[in-house]
Amino acid sequence: MKPVAKKNTVRQLATLLAALSLTGYAMAQTTVEDAWARATVPGQPATGAFMTLTADSDSTLISVQSPVAKDTQIHQSTMNGDVMSMLPVDEVSLPAGEPVVFDANGYHVMLMGLITQVKEGDAVPLTLKIKNAQGEEETVEVEAVARALNAPDHAHAH
Amino acid sequence: MNDFPTRRRVLAGMGILGLGALAGCGDSNKLSFKHGKDLSNEILGRTFRLKDPQGNEKTLSSFRGMMPMVFFGFTQCPAVCPTTLARAVQAKKLMGRDGDRLQVIFITLDPERDTPEVLDAYVKLFDPTFVALRGTLEQTADVAKEFKVFYEKVPIGDTYTISHTSTSYVFDSRGVLRLGLSHSLTAQECAEDLLTVMEVC
Repeated sequence: MKPVAKKNTVRQLATLLAALSLTGYAMAQTTVEDAWARATVPGQPATGAFMTLTADSDSTLISVQSPVAKDTQIHQSTMNGDVMSMLPVDEVSLPAGEPVVFDANGYHVMLMGLITQVKEGDAVPLTLKIKNAQGEEETVEVEAVARALNAPDHAHAH
Repeated sequence: MNDFPTRRRVLAGMGILGLGALAGCGDSNKLSFKHGKDLSNEILGRTFRLKDPQGNEKTLSSFRGMMPMVFFGFTQCPAVCPTTLARAVQAKKLMGRDGDRLQVIFITLDPERDTPEVLDAYVKLFDPTFVALRGTLEQTADVAKEFKVFYEKVPIGDTYTISHTSTSYVFDSRGVLRLGLSHSLTAQECAEDLLTVMEVC
């Protein structure tokens, strides 16, 4: 019986390894860097959150949730002549290996109907749902640290 | 008939020049800006009358002697409004002592949601000298029209955002419109053009 058991173990191990590598292969891995939110003044009911997303395989950001706001949406700023529009988008493409920057000039997370004031230094939890090309969903938890309301767009850069 | 408006405009221009000379200002009626748009020939935003958060009525002449820079927005604007105000803070610093004469004026396009308290706290957080102005919905529509500022409420579910012109309008210290600064310019570029306005008046 012993050799059989050993054989089983080996086979199980092999299956497990295969499963692991398959999971590793299929699961989208998205890294989020420089996540921050803009602090608010008391009574200000909405603000934006910004970050850089890099997916290691072609993926799509499908939603963002946050407990600090009644409604969290993904918006895109567009410039038409000198008119700035900010409109919701359903999803954001994350091409493999390509950093997608969420900033004042493009995509950003809109935290609408804020439940509390966002103060400088607060960690704003964000839950990102990302779908890979195989249709599998990944959840990424991020803490966006609130920067001062008057922070320039790229406080961290250069 | 066709040359009537032209002649009138020339006369009006001469009038402005005359006033400028009287006020001890340079007599250049055309400015060359390195980055922004020369609006010296545009007559915009001369007659607005809005309230500051303390309830005081303000007109362009309330800021005489200062160089008013007017920007339209709303406090729930996540991107262009805070970055434009942050840029104004930086530009003011870059101008050194001349920056003390720059008067930033933020006119809300969202008087329904921007209460005087929120507006005041919002602009003062950027710089205590910044002024927020607010009107009724009708006054807001009028002032936007006067500046040829486009704005439009865009409904999103049970709330809305506002698309709007992102230009900052700069008047010289006599209240003559001079310069339009687009959102894409840096603080340094804005400061250079603002100093050009100050050289004239």
